[in-house]
Amino acid sequence: MASALIVLALPFGAFLLLALVPPLRRRGTVAGWLSILAMAGAFAAALSTWLGDARGSVVVPWLPGDGGPMATVGLLVDGLSAPMLVLVTLVSLLVQIYSLAYLHDEPAPSLGRYYVYQSLFAFSMLGLVLSPTYLQMFVFWELVGLCSYLLIGFWYTRPAAARAAVKAFWTTKLGDLGFIAGIVMLWSATGTFEFDALFRMAKDQTLPVDGLATIMFLIYLGAVGKSAQFPLHVWLPDAMEGPTPVSALIHAATMVTAGVFLVARSEPLFVLVPGVLALIATVGALTALLAATMACVESDIKRVLAYSTVSQLGYMMAAAGAGASEAGFFHLLTHGVFKALLFLGAGAVIHAVGTNDIFRMGGLWRVMPQTGLVFIVGTLALAGVWPLAGFFSKEEVLAGVWAGGRPGVFVVLAVTALLTAFYMFRVVFITFFGHGHPHGEAHPHDPPWLMRGPLWLLAILTVAIGLRFALGGAGEHHPPVWLTALSLALAGTGIALAWAMYKARWLPVEVVQRPLAPIEFLARRRYFLDAIYGAIYRGALLGFSRLVGFVDRYLVDGLLNVASAWSLRAGDVLRRIQTGQAQDYVYGVAFGVLVLLAWAQWWRMP
Amino acid sequence: MPGLFAYLVVAALLFVIGVFGVLTRRNAVGILLGIELMLNAVNINLVAFARLHGDPVGLLFAMFTIAITVAEVAVGLAIVIVIFRVRRTIDADRLDLLRG
Repeated sequence: MASALIVLALPFGAFLLLALVPPLRRRGTVAGWLSILAMAGAFAAALSTWLGDARGSVVVPWLPGDGGPMATVGLLVDGLSAPMLVLVTLVSLLVQIYSLAYLHDEPAPSLGRYYVYQSLFAFSMLGLVLSPTYLQMFVFWELVGLCSYLLIGFWYTRPAAARAAVKAFWTTKLGDLGFIAGIVMLWSATGTFEFDALFRMAKDQTLPVDGLATIMFLIYLGAVGKSAQFPLHVWLPDAMEGPTPVSALIHAATMVTAGVFLVARSEPLFVLVPGVLALIATVGALTALLAATMACVESDIKRVLAYSTVSQLGYMMAAAGAGASEAGFFHLLTHGVFKALLFLGAGAVIHAVGTNDIFRMGGLWRVMPQTGLVFIVGTLALAGVWPLAGFFSKEEVLAGVWAGGRPGVFVVLAVTALLTAFYMFRVVFITFFGHGHPHGEAHPHDPPWLMRGPLWLLAILTVAIGLRFALGGAGEHHPPVWLTALSLALAGTGIALAWAMYKARWLPVEVVQRPLAPIEFLARRRYFLDAIYGAIYRGALLGFSRLVGFVDRYLVDGLLNVASAWSLRAGDVLRRIQTGQAQDYVYGVAFGVLVLLAWAQWWRMP
Repeated sequence: MPGLFAYLVVAALLFVIGVFGVLTRRNAVGILLGIELMLNAVNINLVAFARLHGDPVGLLFAMFTIAITVAEVAVGLAIVIVIFRVRRTIDADRLDLLRG
């Protein structure tokens, strides 16, 4: 427990120090090293937590209430949070080291700001992972969302980045509304936020809740937003406007997996509502397939990776929905490692070439062989090639979905596996082996060691995890042989297809494109989702604004304008009776006296 | 001796003549004279009623009014003279500084 507390305290300490001591923050590199040091300590502590056998939870009262605390906070270390801690701290640490080189052109105060955000993010994510209650999880969940917003909009002077940050914030907030509503409903039914108590009730079938399906659906909505599931996935590709290391850390390896983590964490509750589970699996599979098709036509290297992240998140969700949440969680962990590797590799390429467009790269293998090698390692892992990490987790996901009795989802995921291999190798062949396009003024070369170190470490980890499972067997789960063969065949087909189309070029792209033209048309336009959301946003917001504008302009202002116009006109009329001549006034007085006289004489007669 | 009614008729006529003068005269001095007539109509009324009731307070009031009228005419004429000095006219039609 103490080590878990250290994991949480170190990044927070770094954040406080950097945020509250401006001289430290303004000296960018110093701030960076301080944050990295804290992160390294947190990583060590996380490792010892994981390897140690201290499992369990500590909670202390937080919000006082009648008859015991209304809400509690604490730490929960178990089989789910311990490996997650290691992943988060490891990727955070490597990304922070990498960023030091990647952002070396950044002015010092700006770099310091970056590390403030990074430390806050690490703290928030670790807090989320260690949460023993839904309420605490929600608090950190929102903090993580805030950090995501800040880091996507890190280059806030670029309009695209600012827009993307706002979009990410809004879209995820949409899901979070469901999340908080679900938590509160759960609390009002059971009176507790704590996982332990809730899961115990769920196990004993004594959960005093009506409409658990609604509650769990609402909680799942939070995961939909955060983990970029269809139809709220639109923010993730745009989030690539942030610096590449941020994309690697937050929008690939850690934060976006929070949704999967939430579903895995809440599994004892989700299994009580099969309908919601079926929805999770279906939406996950749909997300995986749609994102994969969009990745196939994307030409921005980071966006390809973003779509592939969405697709893999769909995988994890589908596994969780099919009742194999540990398979999904396993895929989460391995994916975190090799997707961080891919993003950091892409960052190195972008750093060297100065563009995101894969068609303006090409032939990079000759000039940056080390980057190319680690990128290919990551690509093979993502494609699911034996014996790399991705192969085992993906196979386990497929096996879990098959065992969960969802053949439809299984088929979709299998097709997605083929597409995954295809689009990743499309990027590899175009970027690293395509014809050497002129690179302009830039002379691409392998990045400095500060960037290369994390890349190599992640690549070695990807291979090592894979080898560990290849040699030690894939745990107690033994997927059927036909599944292994199938997944290898799918990966092989995808790679071969990419090779034939983009490397050997004896299969012209047009030949494949023509029969798939409708899909390509839709995928290139992102299935019109952005357009639809834009239309809804414009329609709803602008329509409402117009209504408000009408009320303000014609009712509120109109009333005042009428009043003022009539005052003016009345004043204009009344002005004319003031002639300024004393005798006219006397006429008035005399007339008034006459009226009074007449009144006194006749009208008041009883 | 004529009755009260005759006095009142005279006073009323005098008052109306004064009002007419105030309303129709364009000369500021003429207006002042009209005011004078109105005040004296009131004096006749006061005296007539004092006589009717045998109460000398009414006479006293008439004396008061005469004294105040003197002061009023003095101030009024002074104002007219000042206006003449400033505006070179005492035509009431052209004294419309308060026009809205």
